[in-house]
Amino acid sequence: MSVTGSPQELATRVLERAVAASPAAEIEVSVDHSRPALTRFANSVIHQNVAEEYVQVGIRVHVDGRTASASSTIVSDDGIDALVARVLAAVALAPVDPGWPGLTPPTPLGAVAPLDPATRDASPDDRASIVADFVAAAGGLETAGYCRTNHRREAFANSAGHVVASECADVALAGIARRAGQSGVADGVARMLSLRIADLDGAVLGARAAAKANAGVDPVELPPDRYEVVLEPTAVADVLEALAAFGFNAKAVAERRSFVRVGEEQFDRAITLVDDAPAAGVAFDADGTPTQRVALVDAGRTVGLTHDRRTAAAAGGDAVSTGNSIGSASFGALARHLVLSGSAPDDPPAGEVDGPVVDASAAELVAGVERGILVTDFWYTRVLDPRTLAITGLTRNGVWLIEHGEVTRPLRDFRFTQAYAQALMPGAVLGVGRTTTSLPGDTYSADMPWWTAPALHLAAWNFTGGASG
Amino acid sequence: MSEFDAATAAVQAALDAGATYADARVMHRRYESMTARNGDVEDLTQDETSGIGVRALVGSGWGFFATPDLSDASVRAAGAQATAIARSSGRVSRAAAGMIPLGEAATGSWASECVIDPFTVSLADKGDMLVRATATMFEHGADIAEALYQIWDTAKWFVSSEGHRIDQRIREAGAGIMATSIGDGETQRRSYPAARGQYGTRGWELVQEIDIEAHAARVADESRALLTAPPCPAGETTLILGSEQMALQVHESVGHAIELDRILGWEAAYAGTSWLDLAQLGSLQYGSELMNITIDPTISGALGTFGYDDEGTPAAPRDAVRNGVWVGVLAGRDSAAVAGLDYAGSVRADGWARLPMVRMTNVGLEPGPHTFEEIIAATDDGIYMETNRSWSIDDKRLNFQFGTEVAYEVKNGQLGRLLRNPTYTGIGPQFWRSMDMLSSEIVPWGTPNCGKGQPGQIGHTGHPAAPARFRNVRVGLRA
Repeated sequence: MSVTGSPQELATRVLERAVAASPAAEIEVSVDHSRPALTRFANSVIHQNVAEEYVQVGIRVHVDGRTASASSTIVSDDGIDALVARVLAAVALAPVDPGWPGLTPPTPLGAVAPLDPATRDASPDDRASIVADFVAAAGGLETAGYCRTNHRREAFANSAGHVVASECADVALAGIARRAGQSGVADGVARMLSLRIADLDGAVLGARAAAKANAGVDPVELPPDRYEVVLEPTAVADVLEALAAFGFNAKAVAERRSFVRVGEEQFDRAITLVDDAPAAGVAFDADGTPTQRVALVDAGRTVGLTHDRRTAAAAGGDAVSTGNSIGSASFGALARHLVLSGSAPDDPPAGEVDGPVVDASAAELVAGVERGILVTDFWYTRVLDPRTLAITGLTRNGVWLIEHGEVTRPLRDFRFTQAYAQALMPGAVLGVGRTTTSLPGDTYSADMPWWTAPALHLAAWNFTGGASG
Repeated sequence: MSEFDAATAAVQAALDAGATYADARVMHRRYESMTARNGDVEDLTQDETSGIGVRALVGSGWGFFATPDLSDASVRAAGAQATAIARSSGRVSRAAAGMIPLGEAATGSWASECVIDPFTVSLADKGDMLVRATATMFEHGADIAEALYQIWDTAKWFVSSEGHRIDQRIREAGAGIMATSIGDGETQRRSYPAARGQYGTRGWELVQEIDIEAHAARVADESRALLTAPPCPAGETTLILGSEQMALQVHESVGHAIELDRILGWEAAYAGTSWLDLAQLGSLQYGSELMNITIDPTISGALGTFGYDDEGTPAAPRDAVRNGVWVGVLAGRDSAAVAGLDYAGSVRADGWARLPMVRMTNVGLEPGPHTFEEIIAATDDGIYMETNRSWSIDDKRLNFQFGTEVAYEVKNGQLGRLLRNPTYTGIGPQFWRSMDMLSSEIVPWGTPNCGKGQPGQIGHTGHPAAPARFRNVRVGLRA
């Protein structure tokens, strides 16, 4: 078995064998050839350092009104034949699939962000250097986190003659600095994702994390209540993730599991939201549909949903796929590159500031708060009810009291129970940061999300418990 | 080239490149799942994956490389690459503690018990079962009636530079149903037998025993009834948890807290640390004297069962909490060396492409002295909650808030009104110290979706659990 050869060649080879085995079938083949690598550090040393070469072939077959899919990492001729045989055996026994939307017709890809060769070719030493800079810039504080790179080559081919291929690469760092105080350890975080490794400055991020940790020692506990808040981009990313999964998914809307209603003024006028996969270098989705910039909220009005071919066919009318398929009929269509617009999107990136606030953009919002709470990060957020987007979770990596426009003292972490949609409703958003930050949604996977967010100044957030219960 | 030959070649290549220790795992895994919704099959997934992961140690630095290509040249390149990555790790390092010894290097073979190979059951039979169950739920008023099964067949071949040569075959299966009813502004869900189904290292016989069709009508009826049930009241009360929710409670507030890598700070930036301090191992009162929790990967049929962990340590039971006192951790060979402990055995990897790390095995309660009926009968005023719906806990595994699908009032020793949107919150050790009744009716619940690590890994864990009662618990939190 060999993993050499282009993904497009492999996809075409698999498609040819499948068509030969079942000429009447509608068949689509996807190939994911990724080289992810992640250098992980804790206690200020690299303790886990991994890389892999990963090739997976996926095949979906529709014949006689029935649909089945299968995947394999075994790409020898024997392995491919076994994969084809398995999916054809499965489709013969599958039930009738009335929702099959048909294959994607031949469609040209749109423009996407260019591949950065330096990111594509990043080495273990490159990642170690970024980690070393982060650790050094933390000024002796204990640090932990990761630096990862991913180079992904994809191809898609179907029996309707649609054949596309693309490649992309990105780099991300997420790290904390930890400072011990009399009442425990204070953590500060910094995260960033970019398509260009040259943009990722470990020293800047290490200093940012350390500034938060240094400002977070010996926090006081504030009673649970509804407080005005400034959420930094790292916390706003969690809100975006929930909106993507439970809000704008057309299947969730069709099943009335989502609060989203197209055409209604559901958000504050300060909120404009798009899903922008092309900006992440992602050219097509799991159906082979070219990605596009999908408008979801325009100045507070809900204007769109994320569709795949199946949800669009089910919706009927003028609904079309927006290029958001993740290949799951049961889940639906997912936004994985949400961008919440800043209030001055053409401004240059915000500069660093002294103290715990992440950057100058967030600092402007803090300056407008008479009394409220600055939240760096959310953690372990879980949906209590998808219909209201009621979510519970905790703050993490730095919380401070804001008084008269100034950060005055660190606070202990809170538990919150908050309906995210309610937090963004008309009149609830008091300010949006001028600029945005791109953040990794999680650690790498072949189809990881990323979120781009400004800081938000919100009228209220429902903190329901303190760290002590 | 056999799987053992491939792993041996990879280890040798890592040593030739300068590693002082290396191990390699060849893994082959088949996975199949099917979901049905409202009387139709919705998704059928069939995945097959095969490859090798090589781990190498150079000085104090670890490296790991994985590839699906099992040719001789490829596995040797993977071994050399793992060593090169380990050298890069040395750029940001300090003196390492190494790994605790295993004694005589293990050679062996192990397989989980399996009466009916789940991959031999026809897709038509499997699909019919799901379709019938969802059709029944739909007929009984569920707006969204879902059913699923998942099955795995994993073969592993492990070789180390210390002489290990171990092969294992683990087959796993499970299934469940969920009924969702949609009301004005909210949804209600009921599941059986657990929120995401019940799973074990068993064959299709486990799915047959679960018998999802027999519970479909009840589950749908309960989801409808929840829409008009009164909300769970807010306040402090006596709380009785059902067996499945107790499994979640153990998993989140004990299992993760006793992971040694978390205690040592290795997961500080992501999964988090632990409130536990190794200096208190053997003396800390974790819970009441009714609390006895074991780490036991030898329980037949439980989801966290194996013959050897992914470092080659033979499976063996160990106490985690005895009579309420914290006495044990989940450890690997390297973390045990750092902590000065003399045992490991809880390291596993999610497939050939992932680095082995500390994971729960079967972490669960030993039986208590009561029955569920006795617990209800002994409670004058409280709330009974069952079947997990939401779970959230802080990065030290202290402050939790969990929600369940359903609750009932308990008045004068009897179950009363149905309650909707139940939640409870607490601080781990305070909560466990308030446990004053524990049932003997243990069920080995399986959790097939435990996330941890970067890159992310999904672990399969087991949690023997039984109903229990807790005093003075805050309930009824809402947005």
